[in-house]
Amino acid sequence: MKHQVTLNINGSEHEIFVEARKTLADAIREECGLTGTHLGCEHGVCGACTVLMDGQPVRSCLMFAVQCNGVPLRTVEGLADGDDLHPVQKAFWEHHGLQCGFCTPGFLMLATSVLEQEPDIDDEALREVLSSNLCRCTGYQNILIAVKAAAEEMRG
Amino acid sequence: MWVGRRLRRFEDAALLRGEGRFVGDIASGSAAMRFVRSPVARGKILDIEIPKGASVITGRDLEGVGTVMPLLHRDDFIAVEQPVLPLTEVHFAGQAVAAVIAPTAEEAEDFADQVFLEIDPLDPVVGLDNALSPDAPLVHEHVPGNSIIDSNMTTPGFTEAFEPAPFKVSVDIRSSRQSAMPLETRGGHAAFDASTGRVTLSAGTQAPHVIRTAIADVLGIPEADLRVVAPDVGGGFGQKYCLAVEDVVAVWAARRYRMAVAWIEDRRENFTSSFHSRDQHYLVTGAFDDDGKLVALEADIRCNVGAFSCYPVTCGVEALMAMAEMPGPYDFREYSVRARAVTTNACPIAPYRGVSRPVITMTLERLMDEAANRIGVSEVEIRRRNLVTEFPYTSVMGLVYDQATYIESLDRAVELIDLDGFRKEQEESLTKGKYIGLGLSTFSERTGYGTSAFAARSMDITPGFETVEMTMDPSGFVEVRVGASSHGQGLETSLSQLVADELGVRPENVRIVQGDTDRTPYGWGTFASRSAVLAGGASKLASHDMRAKLAAIAANELEAAVEDMEFSEGSVKVRGTDVAVEMSKLARIAYHKSNQLSLGSTPGLSVSATYDPHGTFSNACHAAVVEVDLETGAVQIRRFLVVEDAGILINPLIADGQVHGGVAQGIASALFEELVYDENGNLLTTSLMDYLPPTMSEMPLIEIEHLVSISDATITGAKGLGEGGAIGAPAAVINAINDALRPLGVVLNENPATPERVRRHIARAQGA
Ligand code: FES
Ligand code: FES
Repeated sequence: MKHQVTLNINGSEHEIFVEARKTLADAIREECGLTGTHLGCEHGVCGACTVLMDGQPVRSCLMFAVQCNGVPLRTVEGLADGDDLHPVQKAFWEHHGLQCGFCTPGFLMLATSVLEQEPDIDDEALREVLSSNLCRCTGYQNILIAVKAAAEEMRG
Repeated sequence: MWVGRRLRRFEDAALLRGEGRFVGDIASGSAAMRFVRSPVARGKILDIEIPKGASVITGRDLEGVGTVMPLLHRDDFIAVEQPVLPLTEVHFAGQAVAAVIAPTAEEAEDFADQVFLEIDPLDPVVGLDNALSPDAPLVHEHVPGNSIIDSNMTTPGFTEAFEPAPFKVSVDIRSSRQSAMPLETRGGHAAFDASTGRVTLSAGTQAPHVIRTAIADVLGIPEADLRVVAPDVGGGFGQKYCLAVEDVVAVWAARRYRMAVAWIEDRRENFTSSFHSRDQHYLVTGAFDDDGKLVALEADIRCNVGAFSCYPVTCGVEALMAMAEMPGPYDFREYSVRARAVTTNACPIAPYRGVSRPVITMTLERLMDEAANRIGVSEVEIRRRNLVTEFPYTSVMGLVYDQATYIESLDRAVELIDLDGFRKEQEESLTKGKYIGLGLSTFSERTGYGTSAFAARSMDITPGFETVEMTMDPSGFVEVRVGASSHGQGLETSLSQLVADELGVRPENVRIVQGDTDRTPYGWGTFASRSAVLAGGASKLASHDMRAKLAAIAANELEAAVEDMEFSEGSVKVRGTDVAVEMSKLARIAYHKSNQLSLGSTPGLSVSATYDPHGTFSNACHAAVVEVDLETGAVQIRRFLVVEDAGILINPLIADGQVHGGVAQGIASALFEELVYDENGNLLTTSLMDYLPPTMSEMPLIEIEHLVSISDATITGAKGLGEGGAIGAPAAVINAINDALRPLGVVLNENPATPERVRRHIARAQGA
């Protein structure tokens, strides 16, 4: 049986009909055509699928689309403001925080939510939070450098 | 100059916005193919029961389809044949047996669960030691002793040098089975185009041309009927270099049913069925003279290659590389080696970043440390006495080493890590019951090698050369089409920098096209730290031809001699004057006023060049400082230093990124990652939770310093560096652990040094 769900992603509403077992990640990718959110494990471990739900980072592979009716969601596609990249995106670019780019959307969303909620987060806490996601290419060093640079930029 | 600048990457603009195109994105919306995989390691297929209403492809449907059988032409190799989908027997748990096609991934999964494989299980061969035991069953009946390769070599003077040597030092090194584990799993999307009768396969591959050849050969179709595209690829590290039989089935189905269909592996399948690597055991004895000079080395190399051979490199890749490159950066003239590729009922292996060199390096570096202890010299001194110092140097295996900085990198690392200071700290720590240790790892990384190097392995398919086609269009923009296929290495940016310098244009005006067999010349893809060297070298050669064409037109335009033409900032100038013409104007002339070209020159601006060098050697010294917690066995890395020499760096930002990523995988090998089979041949580590790749918390800050050798073995001066981090790091970490635990008499020669394994070694040393 399919259910009608309204996904509110990056300020746009998407009316979709999905089975109850459809994950949020699959709904975002397949039903809404936003393929920036990636799937690295579908077990809740890698964090590539991280999106923001009411500003909080969630693993979209662990949520069902039907649980997200009407809740404001943000994905990587909503980070930039037109041609202007978000400070976190800019910092990843400047500091080579990505190689293959597969983990990147998840890290960008995770970092954005942390910096929005805790602009003054200290190094240790930041490392701890960023340890929730996996990257296989960068060794994390430049991701950390980029997020710290973005934090500075966002604090102004 | 653009070369040498830390230019941010062109690739990133789309990836940062979520606008990358990975296979899974292309697949979104098309029919799904789900593989039914063997639940047992070995058995006879009795029946495959297909649920009602399901469309299922089995081996029977693939009539007329060939097998996968990569070859080496050498007497000590036995070829094994891998059916695309098996008809009679399964050889490893996770082997694809049937494929279900359904409109959506969910439905395909549901049907796949209902396909019943009736298999009569047979006794599997699990693990190296079992496979080599005299009464082991045979994985393939025609492979005696389960040894697909059994290769021997002994230099004539070996015994004479080995026997009388005063110091014989042995190490017994075991490396656990590992996965390259790219964050994006494998997958392919095969789409039939009715108007042309062709199939386009978009696949997560590192080598689109090679994959096209493989699939066309197995299906018996002309290559022209197949286009292979590598879109954005989410990491490969070797796992996506070799042929996936699943891609063959997808292309077959797309042709047969005139449809578009995609298989996207899940993480569990990536662990059970995507190539593994580095399941190796080396027994090595070094014979040293009184001065600590290594005079002879004896090596017994055993690699568990799993059930089949990977296309095109074959399962000989690990054993033969270990045999040929065992000497590493050290000088010795007498060598006796036996190298075996041993087949078992496990997932097949393929090259993974560094291939056998992480284990070679761990072996040699453990050997040097153990020898230093026995002989009573320092760990630095023993290395200095044995490192190659004069170039070019020809190794006992006939490899020619070009200019490098083996001693210099060691000395610099020792200085930067402050070895003397550390020893004092270590002594003090010990009095407080704290166990800290320092490990060194000096190594070379053979990179950028062409056909001659691969031919030495007697490969039926000899990879190596790289071709570049370069066009300047009428607007003056440059397009460079390469056979290499970047998947995170930033090749588009670094090649643009290189070409920009050669042609005197801006990198933004150079577009690199890669990863598409319809658009690029035949090439070997991206692996073996080769792309900067080979595609870079070919780009440089092509640029020279392009300059010659432009110079001829410019000289004509400016009424000056061709030799006086100078290229810079988008113009061609007469040397020493300010008489100039814009390159875009020259491009217009080449296409639109070709009647004005001098006799004999062809209209347009297209050139092509091929580069096929013998190869070069990068080198580095890694140094790790660790602390071991005796209670828990946990190892914490306190410092990690890399002094490396990859010649001229085209883009240091990208180069450092490659070092970071390589070291991370090396540390992962040393401390965390291990694929474990149970005694029935079932994989136990089938999720990221079990396999334990490191997160940011486990990664130390990596300090990097670059040295620059000027080598004429590479025409751009760039040596490759993609694998070095992964090659050197395990040895540095394992040596550091041994250094920390030496007061307890612990000798640990296995990776990963998990807390449990470290505890076991400590307990054993303490006689508990
Ligand atoms: S895909 Fe959701 S956590 Fe890995
Ligand atoms: S950049 Fe490739 S996984 Fe992070």
